[in-house]
Amino acid sequence: MDLYDLTVHELLDKLKNKEITLEEINKSYIERINEKENEVKAFVTITDEDAVEKAKKIDDDIKNGKEVSKLSGIPIGIKDNICTKNVKTTCSSKMLENFVSPYDATVMNKINKENMIMLGKLNMDEFAMGASTEYSYFKKTSNPWDLKRVPGGSSGGSAAAVAAGMVPWALGSDTGGSIRQPSAFCGTVGLKPTYGLVSRFGLVAFASSLDQIGPITKDVTDSAILLNIIAGHDEMDSTSAKVEKKDYTKSLIRDVKGLKIGLPKEYFGEGINPEVKNAVMNVAKEYEKMGAIVEECSISVTDYALATYYIIACAEASSNLGRFDGIRYGYRTENFSNLTDIYKNSRSEGFGKEVKRRIILGTYVLSSGYYDAYYKKALKVRQVVKNEFKKLFEKYDILLTPTSPTVAFEIGTRSNNPLEMYLADICTVSINIGGVPAISIPCGVDSNGMPIGCQLIGNHFEEEKILKAAFTYEQETKFREKYKPTFKK
Amino acid sequence: MQINREEIIHIAKLANLSLTDEEIDKYTNDMEEILTFANTVNNVNTDNIDELASLEENYNVFRKDEVKAFGNREELLKNAPSQEDGMFKIPKVIK
Repeated sequence: MDLYDLTVHELLDKLKNKEITLEEINKSYIERINEKENEVKAFVTITDEDAVEKAKKIDDDIKNGKEVSKLSGIPIGIKDNICTKNVKTTCSSKMLENFVSPYDATVMNKINKENMIMLGKLNMDEFAMGASTEYSYFKKTSNPWDLKRVPGGSSGGSAAAVAAGMVPWALGSDTGGSIRQPSAFCGTVGLKPTYGLVSRFGLVAFASSLDQIGPITKDVTDSAILLNIIAGHDEMDSTSAKVEKKDYTKSLIRDVKGLKIGLPKEYFGEGINPEVKNAVMNVAKEYEKMGAIVEECSISVTDYALATYYIIACAEASSNLGRFDGIRYGYRTENFSNLTDIYKNSRSEGFGKEVKRRIILGTYVLSSGYYDAYYKKALKVRQVVKNEFKKLFEKYDILLTPTSPTVAFEIGTRSNNPLEMYLADICTVSINIGGVPAISIPCGVDSNGMPIGCQLIGNHFEEEKILKAAFTYEQETKFREKYKPTFKK
Repeated sequence: MQINREEIIHIAKLANLSLTDEEIDKYTNDMEEILTFANTVNNVNTDNIDELASLEENYNVFRKDEVKAFGNREELLKNAPSQEDGMFKIPKVIK
């Protein structure tokens, strides 16, 4: 078995037994990038120049008996909307093509404190707006399971890089499904933590009341390990929650006996691909076999969640993206004679078509005359969504749904139809609106060999419950031993 | 949901975007479709329900109002498309 095939906890075990070195690990991933990147196109910036040197130094430190942090020298990939000092943060936009953040995001401080090695910044839909990574200004990322298909989005580069073995794990961000949906499409494990669990300081804002950073990994154990590193209160983010620090690896126990699982029936109706539906129903059966109690339930506002999401997310985006004015940072037009021209032309030339579409939608729903009918109404529906989740979690420990209504679709088949692209988020947006945590884990493949993901949703700050349930299913079914990306052309 | 070109031109102006004629047509069509869809939120009964803008239980988060200087002016100016004498440079505003 090649090192790039292993999970981080497997690598850590081998390191502990002195079977391998960090130098070998980093070399294996860098070779893999060299071999696969021209097919997958997951990276915006590759930063592997001094990785091997750094790894060697840590190997020496270990040899000399020096104390090093647990994840020292372990490679990682970072979505390109998370600010990294000294390395470009582009958000896959022409607007930020040459932007270098003067500071590190809080999550990067944590990664750096662990002395992990960042191998690069990963591709995404421009400003995280999209569900296929096709809206990147730089390149279209391919799905490692079938290169003609999209990896999902917006964290498509992160999920594709992990699936292809070019990084052992990565950070993504999730506003309406952007960690979970690409994880479902690429057969990886993607966790969107509870809103407020992970600091957003240094995450380029899309919709501030919905955005969360989270891990994309090869398995559930790695997800818990990486969540341990990035979770925690941060005074630089006033929405960051003051909750006690937990060790999420303690939830990695095989036990779902008596666990109450709700299956919201709206997620299994029309519009969900039958093969996807079937696979997720089989997950429910598997849980029952293992001793869980599975019951049908209902989230009555599901049909309106997507509309609510697009109103709130675009309203916040139109406000957040107001800062890009061509003055202090970012793209500036060459075509101007006064200040207003700089604003207008820099923004019109620097933003791509989907970003402009969402700014227009967001500005519209906030504009006088429409504010009450759209934005204010959406905030009320948001309260209804929150109340419904609250009620459901009085009865159930977790909820089980598909992560996406379909498997990965072919590149170019949806990018010209905005509404159809928005439908890719239909199973994931409610979770962000309610602020609850959810994890997507692979649960089989369809008749074309494309991975299918199921989503486990938990109550606020109950990541342990979904991790435990996900771990139990994973250990029982062993997806990674049965299926691998084929790089089909 | 009827949207006309003038509305899109007005919204673009509010958002500081200048659109080509082609873009105005495209976005007029898109908005008609998307807003028809977005309008479905009005089917939800929200009588006696307040707006939820923030998920936090603690609506106000206080801290001491202390200035912490970033300290690295050069680093901040490095990203500016145009600068002079340690300042962001823009075209003349006052005539």
